[in-house]
Amino acid sequence: MRRDHAAGWLGGVCAGIARRYGVDAALVRLAFVVATVAGGFGIVLYALLWLVMPAGDSVRRSRLPSGRGAIEVALGTGLLLISVLLAFRGLGIWFSDAVAWPLVLIVSGGALIWRGSATASPAPQEPPTAPLVRGEPEQRPIRPEVARAAAAISRTGVGVALVILAGFVFLQATDALSAARDVILAVIAVVVVLGAIFAPWVLRLFRSLTEERAQRIRSQERAEMAAHLHDSVLQTLALVQRRSTDPQEVAALARRQERELRAWLSERPAPGKAAALAPALEAAAAEVEERHGVPVEVVVVGERELDSNLEALVAAAREAMTNAAKFGAGSPVDVYAESNSDTVHVYVRDRGPGFDPGALPPDRHGVRESIVGRMERHGGRARIASDPETGTEVELELPARADR
Amino acid sequence: MSSPRVLIVDDHRLFRSGVRAELEPLLEIAGEAGAVDEAVEAIAEHGPEVVLLDVHMPDGGGVEVIRRAAERGLHTCFLALSVSDAPEDVIAVIRAGARGYVTKNIAPEDLADAVRRVHDGDAVFSPRLAGFVLDAFAGPAPHPETELDALTPREREVIQHIARGYMYKEIALRLEISPKTVEAHVSSVLRKLQLSSRHELSRWAADRGL
Repeated sequence: MRRDHAAGWLGGVCAGIARRYGVDAALVRLAFVVATVAGGFGIVLYALLWLVMPAGDSVRRSRLPSGRGAIEVALGTGLLLISVLLAFRGLGIWFSDAVAWPLVLIVSGGALIWRGSATASPAPQEPPTAPLVRGEPEQRPIRPEVARAAAAISRTGVGVALVILAGFVFLQATDALSAARDVILAVIAVVVVLGAIFAPWVLRLFRSLTEERAQRIRSQERAEMAAHLHDSVLQTLALVQRRSTDPQEVAALARRQERELRAWLSERPAPGKAAALAPALEAAAAEVEERHGVPVEVVVVGERELDSNLEALVAAAREAMTNAAKFGAGSPVDVYAESNSDTVHVYVRDRGPGFDPGALPPDRHGVRESIVGRMERHGGRARIASDPETGTEVELELPARADR
Repeated sequence: MSSPRVLIVDDHRLFRSGVRAELEPLLEIAGEAGAVDEAVEAIAEHGPEVVLLDVHMPDGGGVEVIRRAAERGLHTCFLALSVSDAPEDVIAVIRAGARGYVTKNIAPEDLADAVRRVHDGDAVFSPRLAGFVLDAFAGPAPHPETELDALTPREREVIQHIARGYMYKEIALRLEISPKTVEAHVSSVLRKLQLSSRHELSRWAADRGL
């Protein structure tokens, strides 16, 4: 059983229970409220569970803890404690205000600090940063981890402030502040003196640590890049040397390697991200290119994630590319895709001898079924223009929200 | 058509000699350069009419060559020739003043043709550059009141055809305009790309998590 932060209101306890046992979270919440009103038992149980149940949902945990989140945690914990105290008062047990209010503040601040260090501790799971080939990777202004660190610091800062405030309130309430003033002054003086002495040293230590870390990241990146080059480019070069007598094979090898390297350099899709139109078309083009030995050039404008209709569009485009490669008399194939808010267009063009689309033999399933029929089934359409002078162009069109 | 003298700038010697061998029968080669300093010197010395410029080179790349040549008042045309697919690199070299961009896998005749076209004052767009441009001018303009920030429907149509792999002549036929008009549209798009306040790099930057 895990706390479900994403669906939860406070700590995700109710949502977690609801998810674990398949009941409506509202019912669980209602049960807790009833238990709280009837004797304060619910709130104690809630607090206990919050402490005991592990946080679920790594998705939520990787979210940047925002300043607002920090305040919410503090407020929530504080309110929780107040209600516990009220419940105690209801039972006839009551502490003096001198203890109660500082306690609320201390627990709020403490919760912030503890939770801050708890969320900061797991190793940051950054995707591998850009390799050095493109230069100036250092120029990226705000990295997520920096933002995360800043948020953690501000969260800890708020927590520390709350705890210090609690100390003052306690001293004030117990009239110990005036007596403690001399001591506090002395402590502050000592801290300032020590700070002045050790600040440069600490600063230097901190800087060298940062430097070392950057160095390590850099060498990691280099190692990763070396590994990739070894697996891909060097491998291909070895193959090229061995097959140097077969120009077509060499060209195909080079072409394939080029594609792969480009994909590696430019895309690096985030893990878990749904496949998009551009890579799908590129992959189809690479496949056709490899099978028929004809260069296929893909240009994509605009981005779109694949759904079932777009997958059909890609399949139809692949068929059109195959036809262009087969019947285009070896001319390069140009593929252009453009998606905007209302339609996706794909053009597949060759400069071959062309054919008469009206006089297609019925056995040419490729065009009739795989292109025209497929597009129509998915709410789009295909147009074929062919001319012996300019070659053949297949135009595929798909409304952005066809039959959804 | 005139036959311009060409300087080949690329930090890969093999590639330079390859291009030279391909272009020699078609054009006059003024020389080669393998680095930024060397390129600026060679431009000053040979006075080539067109410089085939690699986008990616150590010490600043093609952008730096264009900048320093302009600083020294050297007049020549730049045609960017690169394997780079990164839109920000390509757009940067165009914004610096290159008159066009073609990819390194272009056929020799097409390359020679592109060189002549640049020499004649036209802009040369490969399908890929056309795609970058359409991407860059997609979406609402930051300053709708300046015409520089948006393509006219006709310009968009022409650029789309280039992206689809059509030659200027074919575009002229299809759109029923003269080839000169096609070239005028392309030059106008190039001007907008160079002068527009749309630093569309922001979008790419966002895409790349910069």
